[in-house]
Amino acid sequence: MIRFENVNKTYEDGFVALKSINVEFVEGELTVLIGPSGCGKSTLMKHINRLNNPSKGKIYIRDQDISKIDPVELRRKIGYVIQNVGLFPHMTIAKNVIVVPKLLNWDKEKMERKVDELLQLVNLDPQTYRNRYPSELSGGQQQRIGVIRALAAEPDIILLDEPFSALDPISREQLQDELVRLQQELKKTIVFVTHDMDEAIKIADTIVLMKDGEIVQKGTPEQILRHPANEFVKSFIGKKRLASDTFDPDLTLTVDEVMSQHPVTASPGRGMAEAVQFMERQRVDSLIIVGRGKELLGHASIFRVLNRYRDENVKLSDVMQPFDYVVESGSSVALAVALMNEHGLPYIPVVRGSQFVGLVTKGSLVRHLADVYNPDDMSIEELEAESAKLGEEALLSPSPEDGHDLQEGSDRV
Amino acid sequence: MSAWLANYAAFLSDRQADIWTALREHIVICLIAVLFGAVIAIPVGMLLAGNRKGWLNGLVFTIANILQTVPSLALLAILIPVLGIGRTPAIFALFLYSLMPIMRNTFAGFQAVDPNVIEAARGMGYSTAQRLLQIQLPLAFPYIMSGLRVTTVYIISWATLATLIGAGGLGQLIFSGMGVNKKELIVTGALLAVLLALLADFVLGLAEKWVTVRTKSAPAAGTETAG
Repeated sequence: MIRFENVNKTYEDGFVALKSINVEFVEGELTVLIGPSGCGKSTLMKHINRLNNPSKGKIYIRDQDISKIDPVELRRKIGYVIQNVGLFPHMTIAKNVIVVPKLLNWDKEKMERKVDELLQLVNLDPQTYRNRYPSELSGGQQQRIGVIRALAAEPDIILLDEPFSALDPISREQLQDELVRLQQELKKTIVFVTHDMDEAIKIADTIVLMKDGEIVQKGTPEQILRHPANEFVKSFIGKKRLASDTFDPDLTLTVDEVMSQHPVTASPGRGMAEAVQFMERQRVDSLIIVGRGKELLGHASIFRVLNRYRDENVKLSDVMQPFDYVVESGSSVALAVALMNEHGLPYIPVVRGSQFVGLVTKGSLVRHLADVYNPDDMSIEELEAESAKLGEEALLSPSPEDGHDLQEGSDRV
Repeated sequence: MSAWLANYAAFLSDRQADIWTALREHIVICLIAVLFGAVIAIPVGMLLAGNRKGWLNGLVFTIANILQTVPSLALLAILIPVLGIGRTPAIFALFLYSLMPIMRNTFAGFQAVDPNVIEAARGMGYSTAQRLLQIQLPLAFPYIMSGLRVTTVYIISWATLATLIGAGGLGQLIFSGMGVNKKELIVTGALLAVLLALLADFVLGLAEKWVTVRTKSAPAAGTETAG
């Protein structure tokens, strides 16, 4: 669909932004360009709508050399979303959405229909929002408008330049989900620039990893996670993600991957009645006491709390007990399990220095086992059926027919 | 005091025709000068904002700045051998004075448009002319209006000197008052010039506010860049 052939970009001051780039963006796919800042990912993307022009080399869209297309005409056929939205403050939302159709002289009624359709697509009520001005919308809403503005003229290609990085984490997640959903419906050729690996893994069909104006690796998220091309890719992906996204029995499993990260904690200043009510509401039988800076102080069981319940002046800091055993973040699960087994502990806290970071419990261990042994999230019924089959197989000598059945069974899930 | 007022009233009714003529001449001179100034300076300001050659902007602003620093009396005198005397050279001189502030404000207004808005417009396929006229011009309008307002007030006060080269206007009342030592003439001329300037300031101020609200582009209500 979009093909770069030996594209070089050198700026007037001699800075080399792109070094002989050869890459193809596949039709109907969402390709993420990712890399540290200054690696040339935005520069590369802006070559597609000729906001940048190559110093050397050619770019083709559908086998047509784009240096021969008028840049203004070209840009009207390519959707474009930028980081800081860039809505036109003097126009209503409706007018903002249809700027490109208007430049293309669409029929008026068709444009009005398009506005309503697009607003509904991102769950904004047309009645409410059509006549508002950009300054009356929240950041997340503004960028939704930014995205549908790029869709308005129904382009085949959409370029997004770090569109969600200025948003708060909640809006960012929502917009990522919406983009994935939209893409499933629309099947556009999307080029998406980001520096956020989590975002890339979440939305990409293909990831193109760049560094210093060169492409370091290109592949599906799965391929890049499993087979990082070199140390740079590894460090960019991050060790933790490598370990958790590719299950490798040789790799030591750390407590960080098994612990529950949001156990029920309480501050030492709480009274007994408060503590009881809190435990009741959270359905737990003991509380982890942490200080203001999340430093681990101790634990208090329901029995100790109830013993001192009559005394109104007693605080959790008076009844709590220090932990005899803790594990450092990064230690192996084996150590945690050994300690719990040895000393009959129901749980063991994970700390980083004096900071409390999580809790390994029997429950969290079982949940992790489930992830490993039942990765497809089969239902109990399905698992029972499978076990029954395995049992039969063990009793009877396996016949070819049985093997075939089993094959079908696993295909179904 | 009341005797003086009665005298003054008698003077007003006596010289009514002269006063009206002077006021009308004054308004016409200022209006034409500012109008021409706007017609030339706004497009030039726009073009300067649209071009990327820094030296050209520097050159134009330097010329306009130099024009601005020539004393008004001297400028009027210089123009006599070229354009003679009368209304035309007066209007021309005032027009030269109006160029700089209008141009500078237009330029500043165009520069003040959020660069993200400009990048979005470029990326979506606005041609340079479309971008300047449909996006930047409306957003720069409050700046342009405030430039016009300031300029108009200046021009109204400077135009009192135009009488020195025979252009008439409220200055005529003041200078003839000085000539024949008639205070009423001086007071009337000065007062009307002040009132005219205040009125222009008020009306153009309302217009400025109106465009600001309409374009949602006052610097105070600017776009949220953080999104």
